[in-house]
Amino acid sequence: NTPDPLITELQDWASGTGDGVDATPYGLPIEYESDVIRRNVEWLTADTISSINFTPIHALDGTITPQGCAFERHHSGAIELRKDDYRLMINGLVDQPLVFSYADLERFPRENHVYFCECAANTGMEWAGAQLNGAQFTHGMIHNMEYSGVPLRTLLEEAGLDTAGDLAGKWVYVEGADASSNGRSIPMEKALDDCLVAFKANGEALRKEHGYPVRLVVPGWEGNMWVKWLRRIEVMDGPVESREETSKYTDTLADGTSRKWTWVMDAKSVITSPSPQSPITHGTGPVVISGLAWSGHGKITRVDVSRDGGMTWETARLGKQGDSKALTRFYLDTEWNGEDWLLQSRAIDETGYVQPTKAQLREVRGENSIYHNNCIQTWHLKANGEAENVEVS
Amino acid sequence: RMVTFATAATEAEETDTTAAEATPATPQTETVAANTSGFGLGRPALAEEIAAWDLDVSPDGTGLPEGRGDVFTGEEVFAENCAICHGDFAEGVDNWPVLAGGFDTLADKDPVKTVGSYWPYLSTVWDYVNRSMPFGAAQTLEPDDVYAIVAYILYSNDLVDDDFELSHENFAEFEMPNAGGFVVDDRPETEYVNWRSEPCMTDCKQSVEITMRATVLDVTPDEEGSGEASSMSHDSGTQMAAATPAATEVPAAEEPTAEEPAEDAPAVQVAAAAAIDRELVKSGEKVFKKCKACHQIGEGAQNKTGPQLNDVFGRTIGGIDGFKYSKGFKAAADEGRVWDEAAMYEFLSKPKSFIKGTKMSFSGLKKDSDLEAITAFLKANGG
Repeated sequence: NTPDPLITELQDWASGTGDGVDATPYGLPIEYESDVIRRNVEWLTADTISSINFTPIHALDGTITPQGCAFERHHSGAIELRKDDYRLMINGLVDQPLVFSYADLERFPRENHVYFCECAANTGMEWAGAQLNGAQFTHGMIHNMEYSGVPLRTLLEEAGLDTAGDLAGKWVYVEGADASSNGRSIPMEKALDDCLVAFKANGEALRKEHGYPVRLVVPGWEGNMWVKWLRRIEVMDGPVESREETSKYTDTLADGTSRKWTWVMDAKSVITSPSPQSPITHGTGPVVISGLAWSGHGKITRVDVSRDGGMTWETARLGKQGDSKALTRFYLDTEWNGEDWLLQSRAIDETGYVQPTKAQLREVRGENSIYHNNCIQTWHLKANGEAENVEVS
Repeated sequence: RMVTFATAATEAEETDTTAAEATPATPQTETVAANTSGFGLGRPALAEEIAAWDLDVSPDGTGLPEGRGDVFTGEEVFAENCAICHGDFAEGVDNWPVLAGGFDTLADKDPVKTVGSYWPYLSTVWDYVNRSMPFGAAQTLEPDDVYAIVAYILYSNDLVDDDFELSHENFAEFEMPNAGGFVVDDRPETEYVNWRSEPCMTDCKQSVEITMRATVLDVTPDEEGSGEASSMSHDSGTQMAAATPAATEVPAAEEPTAEEPAEDAPAVQVAAAAAIDRELVKSGEKVFKKCKACHQIGEGAQNKTGPQLNDVFGRTIGGIDGFKYSKGFKAAADEGRVWDEAAMYEFLSKPKSFIKGTKMSFSGLKKDSDLEAITAFLKANGG
């Protein structure tokens, strides 16, 4: 055996000096990680101003998504809105319509919660068959952050809900400050439950592309409702039936009828490694199968992994006990001897819901749904360690 | 709702009260706690402020301003503001949304979802056009223009005759064809009941075969993220679901209103090409935001809704092979006219008078400083 020169020879970094402090006052990842970036699928949309890109989930571990690589979705581009220019209005069926400044929001009691945000169209390109070769592209319309903000309930109560009368049939319409004025109607029950008016994520200010300075967090529900640059909250006695809740974000079934108000993101999981962008390069022997699981209904309680395309399953280890409506990391610590694997994962949440196969979903919905595809994903791991997105019988 | 606003505004003006001083809320149901304290944060919203932001329109027409517009007017307004992306007949250009047709396709393999075939409420169309369109110049249309555009979209869907006029008065009478096509989320009954059971762990299937491979299609962007993989479009005839989750909105006119007289006329400055002012280029980059929904420039620039702009200076006007120019541009090309700075200044200050019938629905840059900046930006970026 030859001695390793990296050990036996004096290396520059062990002799000379490195960067001083302040070399990068706000740090960026080291250059060797430059491939861990958001990516766009150009043919999906007419223009990046109204488009989406994907989180590099294949290259991340743990559960928290760094803001800098958390997917972006804009309807008319990411706008620049100063805190000083920010206003939040609450109007409609409230006792006193109010306007808050950014500084006002930071004076309300606030909370911290980790939640996943998943675009309803995540995995939407896979309805009719395996199409995009990489977990980033099939499942990367998701991120998971720790949000700091004020419960929406607190702000609604500040404006007073007496005027609204019986709250049972009431709705809250939320709208952003950008040109798309993306607006969604949320039932009052959800608005008063766990929605958060957030201004920090992972401890720091929201990024421009995620709605700086203030966005709405709607835990467990489709990302389109997490209105960015939140500027107005209106208490109403019915839904607006805006473009984003009629023309888009509705699920057309095989018979041509469409489901609406399909807000909850059902339990789902994906193996992030090995996967097409994260092949096995270390040869045979011990291997860590790793992935993510989440449910809009609550906590992930169990994840099963199959290596033979769903004929047999074994239960994976959770990185830590699942948080409600947040990503959970799972691991299967095992051995690989160079054989072909058809890797699948299957999430189970605290309601007992078991992530369905693509066939189960198609049987109920057909293939035209676009949104809410939470099917079991299959990666074909080959003898050379590479993996491919496939569909199996 | 109007009553609520008026009351609130009156209270605000009369008492200059804060939320904390307002009558505390009392619990309405078991689930809602009382606003017993209130933090006294924020200030009352003024009636004018609410009127400026509260523009949403509900299915019953609540929120609509008074106004009217007919199909004939709508055709003109649409051509000016919308056709660049949606096509003269609302048929859609490139990947921009199709607004007309698609009837009886919702149960087909690739349903064509248009305003006519899919949208359940007319209010949604009015509201969306009013608040979010045209792309790049949202909220610049007058109510009568919006009524006219919506009337024209209905006409292009064969839902009204050519003498139809839409107004706040007849709005509520109109029922959209697919109004009954939606059911409220029924997953609890159709899916959850079946999928909340202990799953199989062994011998779950007899055998497994691979039935489809992503690499066969080869539509995945390469690792650089440049997306060179494929030119497959949504409507290509493959069996794949090239779904359009991010189905796009419409770029259209910038400042579709006034054509201002260019009296403080083009003091056409021939910039010293050698020393392109960096500040100028930087501000030109901002001006270019108005252009980039339709035009690309720089490495890899391609024709989009508008032609790519690399080497535009010195290029024959209307001179890119394969781009669908208007008649006016074709004529200019036939005459051998060439883009120089003077021509670009004139065009960008008043596009429609420089090339009659240009499809570029942009009313023009009004400031000389913007014209200078955009020229510098184009030149600095390979234009």
